[in-house]
Amino acid sequence: MKKLIKEFTKGIVLENPTFALVLGLCPTLAVSTTVENAIGMGIAATFVLLGSNIIISSLRNFIPDRIRIPCFIVVIATFVTITELLMKAYFPALNRALGIYVPLIVVNCIVLGRAEAFACKNNVMHSLFDAIGMGTGFTLALIIIAAIREFLGNGTLLGFKIVKNFEPVTVMVLAPGALLTIGLLIALINFLHKIKKSKLNLERLGCDGCR
Amino acid sequence: MDVGRFIVIIISMVFINNFILSKFLGLCSFIGVSKEIKPAVGMGMAVIFVTTMSSMITWFIYRFLLIPFDLTYLRTLSFILVIASFVQFVEMVVRKTVPILYRAFGIYLPLITVNCAVLGVAVLNSDTFFMGAKAEAGGFLFSTVQGFFAGVGYLMAMLLMSGIRERLDLTDAPEAMKGVPLAFVIASLMSLAFMGFSGFKLH
Repeated sequence: MKKLIKEFTKGIVLENPTFALVLGLCPTLAVSTTVENAIGMGIAATFVLLGSNIIISSLRNFIPDRIRIPCFIVVIATFVTITELLMKAYFPALNRALGIYVPLIVVNCIVLGRAEAFACKNNVMHSLFDAIGMGTGFTLALIIIAAIREFLGNGTLLGFKIVKNFEPVTVMVLAPGALLTIGLLIALINFLHKIKKSKLNLERLGCDGCR
Repeated sequence: MDVGRFIVIIISMVFINNFILSKFLGLCSFIGVSKEIKPAVGMGMAVIFVTTMSSMITWFIYRFLLIPFDLTYLRTLSFILVIASFVQFVEMVVRKTVPILYRAFGIYLPLITVNCAVLGVAVLNSDTFFMGAKAEAGGFLFSTVQGFFAGVGYLMAMLLMSGIRERLDLTDAPEAMKGVPLAFVIASLMSLAFMGFSGFKLH
């Protein structure tokens, strides 16, 4: 039981997919214009992660090692298609807001990275908790970025006005604001880590890192 | 054939909707490979090739397989599988037949399989050029041009970024900002500059 809790919590802080591993940046930056979109994207990605981790870990003894990546991609793409259809049916507004970034969950490095690094080596229960932890970590990171951008760029949080007489910095909800926010956040984390004398290995970056 | 439509697609793909700087597609490789100019150019060339070819292939699949059999919901699954196997195939062929070419940009090919830009352009094509599950006239040419110039926009952003980052090594930046964070801030400033292009009125 203790180990299961550890699998769950490591994804939230220590191995946070966005801030510590710097994986899956494309959707993170693109959909974090409002907190609402961020939560939608986070839940969608968590669902895909959960499904693919469970299926891959239960099939891990049957998938031949040489063709494992295509196998993983088929499983992940199946769950992405399910998500896409569900979202189109029940949340059409969210589906329009997220646009092409919903099908692009399939190339999100977090999902493939977890399949490759964790699910194909561990049993179903551990993979399940790993998926929930990683998904929660991803969602929280998205919410943090989106909250900063929505507040500065629009003066609102979840659509509610927070401060009166606040002139919004519109550029923060546009593309440059996203890159600036993530750059400064990673710098802040680097700085905090330096105080604790343990430097993050940020060279293992992005999609290239999980291959 | 409407020449104006082509010009609109080209300017939109390279400048206004630049895949990296305004749509964040292919951002991971953009930050990862842009430390020096030479690998950045190799990567850019490989991306141009793959986006162009995958635009053509996925157009045929969408037009002649998915639409006639009413399987459009399998778009994501079929596109990613075809792109992945195509890239793998090209890598093997190039390695066996043209080793020089392989050394120049073949090593970047496997990295591209899971690059969001490639699947992104395929999904974008099928969204743009198929009105209500009906193929638009000349859609194949439009898709190919859109794929090619999405790659050109990627190469241009890579080239600019790697040129700047080569010089950044010599600057005296704060310790916490060095490397990746600084690259993001630079990308943000570049993206701000590219926003200027969105003033173009295209009809």
